[in-house]
Amino acid sequence: MAELTLNGIPVIDTFAEAFDVAGTAIIITNDTAKWAMIAATTMTGFATSVIGCGAEAGIDCELSPEETPDGRPGVRVLLFGFEPNGLKDQLLKRVGQCILTCPGTACYAGVDGPTKIKLGGAIRYFGDGFAVAKKLPDPLTGKTRRYWRIPVMDGEFLCEDFVRAVDGAVGGGNLLFLGRNHAQTLRVAEIAVDAARTVAGAILPFPGGIVRSGSKVGARTKGMMASTNDAYCPTLKGRAGTELAADVGVVLEIVIDALTSQGVAESMRAALHAATEAGAAHGLVAVTAGNYGGNLGRHHYHLKDLLSKEPASEAGAA
Amino acid sequence: MTTLTLRQEPPERLDFLNVNPLSLGGLSESEAARLPVGTSRRGLTLGDCFAIALDGSEDLVIEGGSSRLDRVGASLSGGTIRVVGDVGQRLGEGMKGGAVTVTGSAGPFAGSGATGGTITIAGDAGDHAGGAVYAAKAGLDGATLVIHGAAGDHLGDRMRRGLILVGAAGAYAGSRMIAGTIAAASLGDHPGYGMRRGTLLAGKVGALAPSFVETGTHDLVFLRLLARSLRPLSPSHADLAAGALTRYSGDLATLGKGELWVSAA
Repeated sequence: MAELTLNGIPVIDTFAEAFDVAGTAIIITNDTAKWAMIAATTMTGFATSVIGCGAEAGIDCELSPEETPDGRPGVRVLLFGFEPNGLKDQLLKRVGQCILTCPGTACYAGVDGPTKIKLGGAIRYFGDGFAVAKKLPDPLTGKTRRYWRIPVMDGEFLCEDFVRAVDGAVGGGNLLFLGRNHAQTLRVAEIAVDAARTVAGAILPFPGGIVRSGSKVGARTKGMMASTNDAYCPTLKGRAGTELAADVGVVLEIVIDALTSQGVAESMRAALHAATEAGAAHGLVAVTAGNYGGNLGRHHYHLKDLLSKEPASEAGAA
Repeated sequence: MTTLTLRQEPPERLDFLNVNPLSLGGLSESEAARLPVGTSRRGLTLGDCFAIALDGSEDLVIEGGSSRLDRVGASLSGGTIRVVGDVGQRLGEGMKGGAVTVTGSAGPFAGSGATGGTITIAGDAGDHAGGAVYAAKAGLDGATLVIHGAAGDHLGDRMRRGLILVGAAGAYAGSRMIAGTIAAASLGDHPGYGMRRGTLLAGKVGALAPSFVETGTHDLVFLRLLARSLRPLSPSHADLAAGALTRYSGDLATLGKGELWVSAA
């Protein structure tokens, strides 16, 4: 493939292949930012891959008291699933087990969209008939919002009746950083993650935003849906099919999910620029992206479209 | 704006059910003058009682109120009605949207069955404001009723949803309440008598029914949301919700999922 460069670092002329997913956002508040973050962190645990975890989730941003419905510190969490029903199942489990259980926490819808997902209206059954609903006008929007107040041992768990799933969410934007050694490549990936997270409405669901076990579809073992991306495993260099040059010792990947296709593109763009700016000092050999030949996902993010600091036209179109 | 100016005190009760910005919008002044508003065999029309000036707008002003003007704003679905003076019974009954403002006082059953919009009474309201009329399933049913003065007895009787803000209310406020919220500087005796669900918030209350039990003081997120919702309508009521409060649960003689919050200061 033709080779491009950005900040002196080779960028492979390929594309990241991503998929339509169901996505939603919730706002978690607590008396302190610390406990809001504890609840959000717990809820977004074990949510790296929708295949193995049922959902991909991450923390979008922290919110000041002025930005939350109840005037307390908050955290906005994004959750993605294959389709709305699966997303609902995961949302209920995670809010029920991680937010309801966390002292002082309340939970609100964090995004508007066309698909309703019942949340408080389902969790209220934990209240064993003692839960009550309350409709109150939202002073910010003027619209009425319905909440459930579920008695718990520290007072009440307050949860909005329903949240909404958006149309147009995309999962699976990615970049692969090809480096010389582990420590330096990890640092490049960390810098890329920090940049990618500056884009609102985008999350990186893997540990610290980084994944080392990139995968391909299928496997030599019967029944496996996915298996290691052997073309990018440095210990398999020299075999047929490897994509790695002799000087590449480590490959780390970042995966990006966002509420919009534009969010994925902008998050990838920010990560690509930050990584290549730091790359020369950290032994970065090249940057590439993962795809499945373009036949599985309709969103293709071509790296050549991300080389400019500003978007020239909408990326990610089929 | 469309203006109706009362010529003199009406000789009988007048029914304003069909007098609103929407119904007047497509009429000429002569057609509007023929709208029947009388409630006796006298056959009074709007033109008999009011000087009419129409301009087709969504804002209707009634200059010169009377306690004989019944059902002003009833079934209103949009636009505004402003009454300079008093009105009679069933102000905004069954209202669905828009705004009704009364500079004087209102008779009984203001806001009964209203599902949307805002009703504001600068003076006092009679008994059963926000309450159910006889044989009706529910009183206020989603609208917002603001009474700057005092309300009579049985405020919000069988109220189902919505919000009532009042300076003071008489006995049995929130009686048989199904749900919704009432906030008041003070409530009379037996607030929430027979209430199933709903929230009463008061600076002070009269005698409580024995079927209300104190649950103590609680720092609930709900009170923060309530205070934020009330502040645009009435900062003093919002301050009440944000202050120290004692909670009573009731009416345990019925479903018992209602609550009464009383200022602990």
